[in-house]
Amino acid sequence: MNTPTDPDTLARRRAGRLAFWRGLSSLIAAAIAWNGVFFAAGLWFPLWWLGLFGDFVLAVMVAERVGRVVPLRGRRAYERTLAFGFPVLALVAWQVIVDAGILSATWFPQPTRIAQALWEMTVSYDRFSQTSLIGRPWLIPEVVAQSGWAAGWGLIAESHVWATLGRVGAGFVLGAIPGVLLGVVMGMNKTVRLMLDTTLSAIYVLPKIAIFPIVMLMFADPFGEGPKIVVVALAVFFLMTINSMAGVRDIDPVFLMAGRNYGARGFQMLRHVIIPAALPVIFAGLRLALGTALIVIISVEFLRAKQGVGFITFYYWEVLNPEKMYAGLVVVMILGILLTYLLQWLERRVMPWQRD
Amino acid sequence: MKLSGAQASPPRETATAAKIISRNVTKIYPTVRGPMTALTDFNLDVADGEFVSVVGPSGCGKSTYLRILAGLDTLSAGSVLIRPGADPRKPLNSVVFQEYAVFPWKTVIDNVAFGLEMRGVARAERLETAAYWLERVGLRKFAGYYPHQISGGMKQRVSIVRALANDPEVLLMDEPLGALDAQTRIVLQDELLRIWEETRKTVVYITHSLDEAILLSDRVILMTAHPGRHLATFEIDIPRPRTVETMNIARFAELRGAVWDLLGKEVARAMELQT
Repeated sequence: MNTPTDPDTLARRRAGRLAFWRGLSSLIAAAIAWNGVFFAAGLWFPLWWLGLFGDFVLAVMVAERVGRVVPLRGRRAYERTLAFGFPVLALVAWQVIVDAGILSATWFPQPTRIAQALWEMTVSYDRFSQTSLIGRPWLIPEVVAQSGWAAGWGLIAESHVWATLGRVGAGFVLGAIPGVLLGVVMGMNKTVRLMLDTTLSAIYVLPKIAIFPIVMLMFADPFGEGPKIVVVALAVFFLMTINSMAGVRDIDPVFLMAGRNYGARGFQMLRHVIIPAALPVIFAGLRLALGTALIVIISVEFLRAKQGVGFITFYYWEVLNPEKMYAGLVVVMILGILLTYLLQWLERRVMPWQRD
Repeated sequence: MKLSGAQASPPRETATAAKIISRNVTKIYPTVRGPMTALTDFNLDVADGEFVSVVGPSGCGKSTYLRILAGLDTLSAGSVLIRPGADPRKPLNSVVFQEYAVFPWKTVIDNVAFGLEMRGVARAERLETAAYWLERVGLRKFAGYYPHQISGGMKQRVSIVRALANDPEVLLMDEPLGALDAQTRIVLQDELLRIWEETRKTVVYITHSLDEAILLSDRVILMTAHPGRHLATFEIDIPRPRTVETMNIARFAELRGAVWDLLGKEVARAMELQT
């Protein structure tokens, strides 16, 4: 693009820039006025939700105004700033509000203190639970030298994060595979569907934490890992059955006709037509099931565990250490993000045809 | 392949070389408002190496007939038979569907090789056959693409060569160009003509388009709607090889006029029935 020298164009641009800055500064002035009035009139305490709503609306208006002048090559950076800037802004607001004494630092500890607690829980040995969030990796060189790699691995396996991950992972796989298989059968066979659909729908809506005691009764060691894994598997199983059935029933009949006409029978039909056609829906179901699996395992660990992120979170609530309780919740969120990424990676591997 | 039903033989003489023999084909769907007749007493014989189009207004049961012929639907009465060839391993029929029905999860070449794969043809051999057919429609360099990466016209080419690579006794085409835009459609008509004149497969071709039917076929069958039954047969005596330019010659216009005389009335009647 060559620089225009035409005086009309230049004048138009100058006017445009002027209008932009005038608009932006009036919005900022509005924000100051809005918050000032709230402070001056002491409205924050009863009307905090209205104040925050007004601030959010003003922030959206500022972002939109800025967005209109962002050049095309800066678009990605602008969008990232919005996506990550907002949560950062929310954390900063939290920090400021608690620092200023508006909210109790005891019950709503500042993000910095939560981060500090998280760090402490990661690097220091907790005598009560006899481990830390990630075990005792700092002992690994010493232990491996003395008693070999197996003992070194034990230092990680004892950790809260590993306990939770293991239960979620085992339960997820144990529930998802039979769930998908039964769902596919139900999607294809009307008799099986009619026989099982009502029963499955009834069990599906039961909160899995409510049947945890029954599951415990089924095991020789009710306090061991078995019941915890099985209850996660149950939650995933019912969700995946219903989801995969819907995925199979949604397949465009023309694909089934084409498969049949070109000679696919039985297992070939399943492998080459039905499963790939249902995969997008199945993967959407796996995303949901992952969330459900985390919810279930954290609740189970609240109730009955000696180890695990849910256990440690609830423990710090019971001993009134809110920073560390919040830190436990942060760990759950991090696990959720990491496992979702893992699932998305798997999805791209299994369904290369969906890549853009 | 013989689907049984009432065996009332019509008086019509059977050509000795008939590849497809359909007798009194009738399809009645049960609906909540009682039985609905989609197709009634439809007779059609297709000779080996003949290209026959079936034309009719919407709802005349022409697609139903094709699905019955393909073994994808059952008939209520009558019978259809596709005579097997010398090689019993060859499939009796392959369908080219209107909505492409190219599998989005398979690459172009794997789609074309699909029928062969289902019949247990070794990988190297089936990929070679598929590559040969892709070459013939100019899609060789798209072999590794997924369907969502290519255009509608290319997808339908893939769908057509998927059927041809399967080397069936008869080719059944259910409005294969119906979903394409007008220009792509003309290009593909030309391509179909060229490929058919080289291979001389037995073809049953379902279409809405009168021009397409006359251009491609040796014989055009006209059907009535509600219920679908045979209305008239037109022999297309325009010599081959033909191209899309054939549509400009006088004989084409003449045939087109003659067919439309009957079809136009039938379409109007079908529209009245629907309102």
